[in-house]
Amino acid sequence: MIGIIDYGAGNLQSVKNAFDKIGVQCEIITNAESFEHCSGLILPGVGSFGEAMIQLNKHELVEPIVSYCNNNKPLLGICLGLQLLFEYSEESPNVKGLSIFNGGFKRLPDFGLKIPQIGWNDLKILKKDGIFENTSTGDYAYFVHSYYLDTAEDIIAATVNYGVEITIAVERQNISACQFHPEKSGEIGLRMLQAFAKRCGEECSC
Amino acid sequence: MLAKRIIPCLDVKDGRVVKGVSFVNLIDAGDPVACAKAYYESGADELVLLDITASHENRKTIIEVVKGVAREIFIPFTVGGGINEVDDFTALLRAGADKVSVNSAAIKNPRLINDAAYKFGNQCVVCAIDAKRKDGGFEVYINGGRIPTGIDAVAWACEAAKRGAGEILLTSMDCDGQKNGYDLLLTKSIADNVGIPVIASGGAGSLTHFKDVFEKANADAALAASLFHFKELEISDLKKYLKNNNIAVRI
Repeated sequence: MIGIIDYGAGNLQSVKNAFDKIGVQCEIITNAESFEHCSGLILPGVGSFGEAMIQLNKHELVEPIVSYCNNNKPLLGICLGLQLLFEYSEESPNVKGLSIFNGGFKRLPDFGLKIPQIGWNDLKILKKDGIFENTSTGDYAYFVHSYYLDTAEDIIAATVNYGVEITIAVERQNISACQFHPEKSGEIGLRMLQAFAKRCGEECSC
Repeated sequence: MLAKRIIPCLDVKDGRVVKGVSFVNLIDAGDPVACAKAYYESGADELVLLDITASHENRKTIIEVVKGVAREIFIPFTVGGGINEVDDFTALLRAGADKVSVNSAAIKNPRLINDAAYKFGNQCVVCAIDAKRKDGGFEVYINGGRIPTGIDAVAWACEAAKRGAGEILLTSMDCDGQKNGYDLLLTKSIADNVGIPVIASGGAGSLTHFKDVFEKANADAALAASLFHFKELEISDLKKYLKNNNIAVRI
């Protein structure tokens, strides 16, 4: 079973609906005790970086998520869930993220393009062995975000062009995270969730 | 590169899909969940569900529709119509909508945009504007296009963006249902002045209308209803056409 971490932020139901659609067992979980029953975790999130960290702390989830990742169990961060895995975000200065990866998020620069980036952008895939196993460069994913990743770590799995090339997915061993919403990225997104489920050892009924 | 979006709109009344031509003459055309699924499968980038249910007691029908749609489609969808308070956002987002659009209520109480954006994030808040040409400008109408407000549409769009709206859903009342093309001047006036995406609506009748609204009016997305609804235009054909004309679309 895959666990979708509920810390009071975001539209968790759509992630669950997507797993239901591909026939993968998943549950919305609210506490760290449930982690041990999960073959993998989804860290979702919509809202602000600072508020999400407050909620993760309040629900006593920070340390359990960090040690889950340190034990290299499969975790997929989605949208804000990607950002939370890093050290900081300009959105909420002075708030420390989960810091599983080095680096942080800066506001998208003004190139005359609209901020947030809302809509479908085509992916350039650099690491094909993780969630992008069945996805190709040129496939589109759905984005809504105002911040982009700045990291020196060799973890970049995919980029898009939004005035400049920005990193929108990372991968290190069993930890994957993406800025876009796979649960809202049509059949391509469902394929990524399938790839993640496969990594967790879950069967798809499709 | 960010793609231009094609968005079909379903008008839903008492849980059933209807389409008004110029806001009148409603024709019952089916089950909203089935329609949404068909659009998802045919390559729509997003969907808009507009609840035009009049009676208060039937308004909860839309919640069930939203739940059903969320189970079947894996693209974003917006729900609008009759949104009056933050609690309406809560109910629809919880049911599975990705965004909620506000129209009249935001004119009457602009704080609603701030409050909803603060609580759910800008990306959830779509400000819908019905505008009509007047004296060389554009006037905002409310209550389904029945009541003129005297408010300038461009100024209102900018204010809505400042208050935290994440997108503008802009309908030209002059063009809606006419199939002679989008109001390019209206769309461009707003798209070039707000820093948030603009969804053009009202007037699509042919392939070139979509090309024009993207190329000449800088719309980020184009919405249409009856054109797709009655299969006058297939989304896949439209996207092929746009791609052949060097407009980035998701295929």
